[in-house]
This record gives sequence, structure tokens and C-alpha cells, in this order.
Amino acid sequence: MIAILDYGSGNLRSAERAFAITGEEVVVTSDYKTAVEANGLVVPGVGAFAACMQGLLAINGDSIIRERIAQERPVLGICIGMQILFATGTEHGKHSGVGIWDSEVSLLDAPILPHMGWNTVEPDSSSDLFKGLESESFYFVHSYAAKTAVGKKQTWTTHGQKFLSAVEDGYVSATQFHPEKSGDAGLTLIKNWVSTL
Amino acid sequence: MTLSVRIIACLDVTDGRVVKGVNFTNLVDAGDPVEMAALYGVEGADELTFLDISASVVGRETTLDVVRRTAEQVFIPLTVGGGIRSVADVDRLLRAGADKVSINTAAIARPELIAEIADRFGSQVLVLSVDARRARTDSGFEVTTHGGREGSDIDALAWVEKACALGVGEILLNSMDADGTRAGYDIGMIKAVREVSKVPLIASGGAGTLADFSAALDAGADALLAASVFHFGIHRIGDVKQYLRSHNYPVRAVASK
Repeated sequence: MIAILDYGSGNLRSAERAFAITGEEVVVTSDYKTAVEANGLVVPGVGAFAACMQGLLAINGDSIIRERIAQERPVLGICIGMQILFATGTEHGKHSGVGIWDSEVSLLDAPILPHMGWNTVEPDSSSDLFKGLESESFYFVHSYAAKTAVGKKQTWTTHGQKFLSAVEDGYVSATQFHPEKSGDAGLTLIKNWVSTL
Repeated sequence: MTLSVRIIACLDVTDGRVVKGVNFTNLVDAGDPVEMAALYGVEGADELTFLDISASVVGRETTLDVVRRTAEQVFIPLTVGGGIRSVADVDRLLRAGADKVSINTAAIARPELIAEIADRFGSQVLVLSVDARRARTDSGFEVTTHGGREGSDIDALAWVEKACALGVGEILLNSMDADGTRAGYDIGMIKAVREVSKVPLIASGGAGTLADFSAALDAGADALLAASVFHFGIHRIGDVKQYLRSHNYPVRAVASK
């Protein structure tokens, strides 16, 4: 079973449907035990960093994520769900994140923001998430991003400057783009992640 | 490594049906927005926009159902506009499965609505739809209401600057002079708005020839929205993308099925 963490952040229906295409059972939940014990946990997220952290803390989502990692259970963060895994975010002032990765998420230096639309990726050659997807594009919508390497495998994208578009770090993976909105390429990435569970 | 230009297909929907003429082959029912959305998705549309022109509450409820059913089977971004007046309206659409909303008349009447929506859901969900025409305002471009039939005396460039400051995440610029003419996008207007706005700019109104699409990009548009040229099959989305690719514009490739 895959749990999609409901912490009051945006539309979860597309994510639910996209993950269900893999044939796995999918639940949208904010229940602690369900979220900790699912085979895979998806941390989605739309909105501002601080507001999302507030919603996450309200359901003890930070503990859910840490406990899962300690128990070697996979977690996939998407968009803000990726950003809040970092130590700090600088959107509307400096805010603490869950701190899985000890670096910062900050404003992209680009002429046009938000970075909105389909962009290409440069995955690590041994990436599991991007297997067969090396030349595909994915749908981004964000203004902030992490720019220093964290985790075991990094995937990079450029908009104004180079930033981390995905991280694979053992049991924690994350994408800055929205795989559930990235057409067939996104659905394949989701299948790739589910196949690692 | 470049952000692709986006080709956006727009469908006018009322009471759960696509209106304006459509002339599409391979469709069981040419008026079903879900089916058309899915087909445009397969053809390579980078985003979809539903413009809800329902005049009734029942019609808007039906649109919510259309959004729900579309989001369940089409995995590309969906923007919904038309009749949005409050944060609650936005909440309902996002919960139904819309990724973005576009607002127009309500924001002109009450600009604070922009900040209210952006604060609650983030700028990235909010597209400001600007129906503009050439007129004797300061910049030479005026915001219109009621589908271009009525002037507002609001200067279009001043309005775009104000809306950006209030937190819109994207501008959808519709030329009321060019709309429906298929005589080309209003290039001067696109250039003027590009100069005052740092958020993504979607050009709309007037697409006719393939060269019209690239001209709008040259003027500074990040995305191109079209309705009738796609509905009537004058150009397929794939043709537009192929043309742009052959002229060295970055477009997203879509695997053929």
C-alpha cells in the first residue's frame, strides 16, 4: 500500500490517481500509524514553505518521515514535499524544515519566475527513478530550489541557474517537479519508484 | 537544458459541454470536455485550460464534475477560469483537481482578491487573465470586461504591474482585437506586457498561421494558448510543435503512440 500524506496541502486527487495507475493500493491519509507503516509514503505539497511546514507539524509529519527513514521505509517528496526535507527554506523569511538534508532551499536566480513548465533533467547515470527517462521533460512550478548537492544521487536542471531537480538518498527520494503532472514520463517515474518498494 | 515553450489548448465549457465550434475527428462525442482534454493530452498539449462560461450555479457545479473526471485521467496541468470570485471558489476547483485557476473580472472589481488567493494557495496557482485591446490609455492598451465588449478605462500595463505586485504567478494576455481573426497575435501588446512583467506570459488571441506562434515567442511569450485553430483542425498541436522545433524553439517531445 502507498500512503499519500494529507497535511492540508493542495490537491491530492491527481497524485492519488497517478500512483493508483501502478496497480498499488493508494490511500490519502494523515493518520500516523497508516503513514508510518505503508510500503511507500508520498509527501506532496503545494504552497509556501512555512505554511506547508506548519501543516506538516500539525499532523506530526516530521516524526512520520524520520520514523520511516529509521525503519528503512521509502519516502518520496514532491515539489514543496521535497523542499521541506531540507534544513531551511528562505521563502517569506527563514524557516526550519524537517532537516533530512542539511542545506538550504532559496530563490532561483532567473529572469522569469516562477519556473513554470516542462524542463529537461540531467540524472545521475545510476539513477533508479529516471531509468529510461534520461531524455524526457517534466513539469515544474516553483520559484525556490536547492542548489547544493545532497544525498547519494543527484539530478540537475537549469533555469537561470543549476538546481537540484531530484535526489535519491537511500530510502528518501524527492523530485522538485510534479511527476503526477508530467504525462507519460511522470507516470513512468512513479512506476520506477514503486518498483523499488 | 532549456525550459520548453508551452502549447496550451483552451476549451470553452458550459453546463458540462464544450461550446464554440469543434471539428474533430476520432471523437465519439465532440462536445465532451473530458474526452477532448484526453485527446489533446495524447496529441502533446503541454497544458489544458477550461474556461467555464456557465451562467448558472448548476452549470458551475457540472464544471466541477468535469474537472474531477479530467484530473482523474489526464496527467498534465489543468487551469480553470471563469466566474471565480472568492478564495472558496478557488478552493473548490483545486480540490476537484484543477492545478491553477485564472481570474479576470473579479480581480478588476476587487484587486485584493489576488493577494488573498496567492497568500492562501501560493502565486503558482494564480493566472491573471487580461482581456486587453488597443485604446487611448497611457500605454495604448486598455483592459476590457464582458469578453471585450466593455472598456474599463484601466490601463493594461499598469494593471499587469499592480497584479504582479499583489502576487499573480502568471499572465494570460488575450488580445480582444486579434481574438478570432486568425490574423496573428498582437505582437506589440505582447512586447509591452513582457517589459513590465517578470512572471510567465501566455499569449492568446489571433493564432492563425504557424509563423504566428513563433512570432509571439520572439515578442517574449513563454507559452501560447489557442482554441479554434486546434478545435477546427487547422493545425494539430503536433504540427505547431514540429514547426517550432524545426525553427530551433525548445518544445517538449511527446512519444508517439
